[in-house]
Amino acid sequence: MTPLPLQSEPTAPPEPAAGDGRRVVQARDLTLTFQTADGPVYALSNIDLDIEQGDFVSFIGPSGCGKTTLLRAIADLEHLSGGTLTVNGVSPHQARLNRDYGYVFQAPALYPWRSIERNVTLPLEIMGVPRAERRERARTYLDLVNLAGFEKKFPWQLSGGMQQRASIARALCFDPALLLMDEPFGALDEIVRDHLNEQLLQLWSKTGKTVVFVTHSIPEAVFLSTKIVVMSPRPGRIIDVIPTDFPRDRNLDMRETPAFLEVAHRVREGLRAGHSYDD
Amino acid sequence: MRRGLDLWMLAAALLAAGALGFPLSAGDLPLSWFDVPAAAVYVALFAALCAWLAGGRAQGLVLGAILSVAAVLGVAVALHLLYDAGAGGQARLGFWLFVFAIWAAVWRGIAAIGSFRSLNRGRQRGVDLLVPLAFGLWLVFLWEAVTVGFGVPQVLLPTPSMIAARFAGSLDILAADFNQTFVKAVISGYIMGCGSGFLVSILVDRVPFLKRGLLPLGNLVSALPIVGIAPIMVMWFGFDWQSKAAVVVIMTFFPMLVNTVSGLAAAGALERELMRSYGAGYWQTLFKLRLPAAMPFIFNALKINSTLALIGAIVAEFFGTPIVGMGFRISTEVGRMNVDMVWAEIVMAALAGSAFYGAMALCERGVTFWHPSYRQRH
Repeated sequence: MTPLPLQSEPTAPPEPAAGDGRRVVQARDLTLTFQTADGPVYALSNIDLDIEQGDFVSFIGPSGCGKTTLLRAIADLEHLSGGTLTVNGVSPHQARLNRDYGYVFQAPALYPWRSIERNVTLPLEIMGVPRAERRERARTYLDLVNLAGFEKKFPWQLSGGMQQRASIARALCFDPALLLMDEPFGALDEIVRDHLNEQLLQLWSKTGKTVVFVTHSIPEAVFLSTKIVVMSPRPGRIIDVIPTDFPRDRNLDMRETPAFLEVAHRVREGLRAGHSYDD
Repeated sequence: MRRGLDLWMLAAALLAAGALGFPLSAGDLPLSWFDVPAAAVYVALFAALCAWLAGGRAQGLVLGAILSVAAVLGVAVALHLLYDAGAGGQARLGFWLFVFAIWAAVWRGIAAIGSFRSLNRGRQRGVDLLVPLAFGLWLVFLWEAVTVGFGVPQVLLPTPSMIAARFAGSLDILAADFNQTFVKAVISGYIMGCGSGFLVSILVDRVPFLKRGLLPLGNLVSALPIVGIAPIMVMWFGFDWQSKAAVVVIMTFFPMLVNTVSGLAAAGALERELMRSYGAGYWQTLFKLRLPAAMPFIFNALKINSTLALIGAIVAEFFGTPIVGMGFRISTEVGRMNVDMVWAEIVMAALAGSAFYGAMALCERGVTFWHPSYRQRH
């Protein structure tokens, strides 16, 4: 067994990232507390995190560890209680108004009164892109997620996996440099999930986007990521940041290799160590 | 084909056969089946047919068709007995047992038609329409049979045939009343009431304190009794249709306001956050997400209001009106004991109200085709 360089001090800054690209997300001493009737809930505590351009970063941890909250904070869907956070060099609020990121939710959140094509072009409509270009982009991105030919269908006429792919096309169609994905495949069965994971990887290497991906599946995180952020609950904090050095074009067979299993093991150890905090 | 004894058909056969054993009417000139041999032969044939069908020899649309023909002929025979043979006013057990026999056959026939299933949507819809139509026609016959058979005074309840005759004979009056009450008062009041309710709901949604301040006030207005409001509106807006439209506005405003306000809150959290993630403004979110999501609620209000508006306008006309209008006609003709004219107005109000409601329901189906309650039919 490999000794694990676990960071026992949650406040310690993470190792400097190996990437040489621009810093897309930078969090310093980030704190987020929800005020509830039962007293404050410490959703995030002392988070330090750097995400470089072109990274595929996964947040993994048990429920309640704040992984979704951290993603939502990056998207300016939650307000910070303390610390600093920059997205593309500006505040999350400004980044949201700049339309710097595409967000994929746990559920497809397609509008049932719009056809698949018009769901995909919804952000373009809001941004004032002309109609002809909207249709062109819808075709391009629906093609990219293998949904060509389903433009005129309505969301409820498609399977769950197809709906989620349409929502990914919607997040991509205005070409944001950053893609934020909150357990996008959590509700799908494993076969569909494997398939979509492969497609997502292809998409990532084709487009060179930065992806931040929330999951609670260890194999999914290891398979997809260049960097795995292991989180732990109460208070939500980062307990390990694990870089992976697999090549960009991966396939599902990779999951049987010793290198893969070693990383998966380290993630599992990290999760276990985080959990023992509670006991 | 399902085998086994068909209890409804058996009942129809026994009732028809039993009917032959009893007199048709009492009174000065009592009537028995021997006086009307052709009718007696038909009743016997009807009983035989039902007995044959009780063995389950026909199902579905075939059974429905056979029973429709038999029932229509039976209704014709019954009407002949009432009017031409003179059983009206004093009908006895022989007649009523025959009516019950047709009833059983109609019941079974409607059930047979109602169980029809087709993958062809047009055909299915056509057959689905037959069921309420057949049932409605049967109720009209039953009404006719009871009023004529028992000799109910027409002031209490006129027969459908009298109402129909009065309706056909007073088309010009009815058209004038319809124009006054429905076209002028109801339509204009409906558009103003629903329109202002909608606009105010947007305002309420935009300005949070209004939700706490205006909604309870609106609730108060909606609780005002229409019989109190109507005379005041007549004083304010005069005798003509404007005062009735005002009553309709008051009646329709609040359902629209409340439904739209809750409709605007109907969009899901994820859908809103999606808009937020695009940096969409208030109006973009309103038009692209919240109003479409509110449409089922808005149509709910439009449907409720379509019937409320007609009731409001008719009742309001009881409190002062020029000498035309559906409410005016009803109140004066009741005073003159012309109950058949009252019923003719009621029939017209029912037809207009249902058509209005139906039009709204059709629009709803077109606009909210995506809603789970309509989806399966696509």
